[in-house]
Amino acid sequence: MLKHRVIPTLLIQDDALVKTIKFSAPKYIGDPINAIRIFNDKEVDELLVLDISNTRENRIPDYSLIEQFATECFMPLCYGGGISTLDQASTLFNLGVEKICIQNAYIQNPRIISQISEKYGSQSVVVSLDLKKTLFGGVKIFDYSRRKYLHANWLNLVQRAIKFGAGEILLNSVDNDGLMQGMAIDIISEASDNISVPLIAAGGVGNLDNIKAGIEAGASAIGVGSYFVFHGPHRAVLITYPKYAELETLLKGINR
Amino acid sequence: MNIKNNTNFNKISIIDYGVGNIGSISNIIKKLGGLSEVLADPDELTNSKKIILPGVGSYDVGMRALNSSGFSKSILKAVENGATILGICLGMQLLFEYSEEGHEKGLGLIEGQVKKFKSGDIKIKVPHMGWNIVTPTIDSPLFKSSDEELRYYHVHSYHVICDEKYITAVTNYGYQFPSAVQSSNIYGVQFHPEKSHRFGFQLMTRFISL
Repeated sequence: MLKHRVIPTLLIQDDALVKTIKFSAPKYIGDPINAIRIFNDKEVDELLVLDISNTRENRIPDYSLIEQFATECFMPLCYGGGISTLDQASTLFNLGVEKICIQNAYIQNPRIISQISEKYGSQSVVVSLDLKKTLFGGVKIFDYSRRKYLHANWLNLVQRAIKFGAGEILLNSVDNDGLMQGMAIDIISEASDNISVPLIAAGGVGNLDNIKAGIEAGASAIGVGSYFVFHGPHRAVLITYPKYAELETLLKGINR
Repeated sequence: MNIKNNTNFNKISIIDYGVGNIGSISNIIKKLGGLSEVLADPDELTNSKKIILPGVGSYDVGMRALNSSGFSKSILKAVENGATILGICLGMQLLFEYSEEGHEKGLGLIEGQVKKFKSGDIKIKVPHMGWNIVTPTIDSPLFKSSDEELRYYHVHSYHVICDEKYITAVTNYGYQFPSAVQSSNIYGVQFHPEKSHRFGFQLMTRFISL
């Protein structure tokens, strides 16, 4: 049995599927609906769709687009981007989204997490935080909508999210994003050792061994972007996902 | 099994009481060629032959929504009149008598209670979230012991405890718990068939064809 999840992470910008490097330079990948159909056929564990333009441009979720995602998606779907109220969350759950992912709204008003988790259960609320190295070698949460580091200790903010009712934590490592050269293992193990809920770690996967290393460091799930949408040194777009048996062999015997 | 355009199968009424993932359930029924309707008015349930009770979230919120909307009564009545019902996730838990999670009484359609996952010898993270193997304990309309290894998506912090006679399949998470139950025309699954691709297609096809 597979205890761990390997989750394709799709970034949406202005209705298109894109992929970033270190959270910048979004490259156009294609039509998101088409990508979801392909991942559906490949029987992926779960799908994470993040609209990276919403919060920045102060837009609410694009419900008609998300409804199309949900209609095509016969595996769990987690959506993030622009959610800041309980009503928005309710609308998304009704459209067929399993989980919602919240970042900016948590930073602004952590109570939104308890409001949603009290009504829909903590398993439906993922709090996502972006970690970035500082000039002085430490790690801090980077608030992308304000383009500044948060002063508070990152682990405290993670634990606080759980106290408010987050059922899962998604940690994105900005410095590793899109480089496909391995994950931020130190961050993953520190987070995993200090939290009681499942951890989704994202950023840096370039091969199956990177996924394995992330799981061994304590992540319950690994979010994968580039590795599942690019192929070869020239980053040609090709959507792939390992076979179940392949993942089973890869992650066999990891006892965390 | 060919479901498409087979008018012998009853339309499935999906209960909308404000706390369900209604969309994904109607999507999968549509994909499989079945017919469904989303009902927000409990009076409309009177003529239903086949019902799905979805549910996400906490026991008390779910039960209060069923009670205040009037669905509790109409569900009990429909089931008494022979309707088949499938509870999914929280919807399954609400079929039972009560839960450790809340104070509200459940529908009581099946004897048993709902308990929180406990870490025993093996440390487990709660909620139990992810794909897990579901093992049929007997042949039943929704599961066959001859089925290939079944995998379903689970998301829950509580699970049912009931008499073995109601259990049709189990899942192991730290320990074995009942992940599918049946008592004559009353069915419950703890996992999400609507989000378990081909394994869900198989189960839902069987439910549609009941």
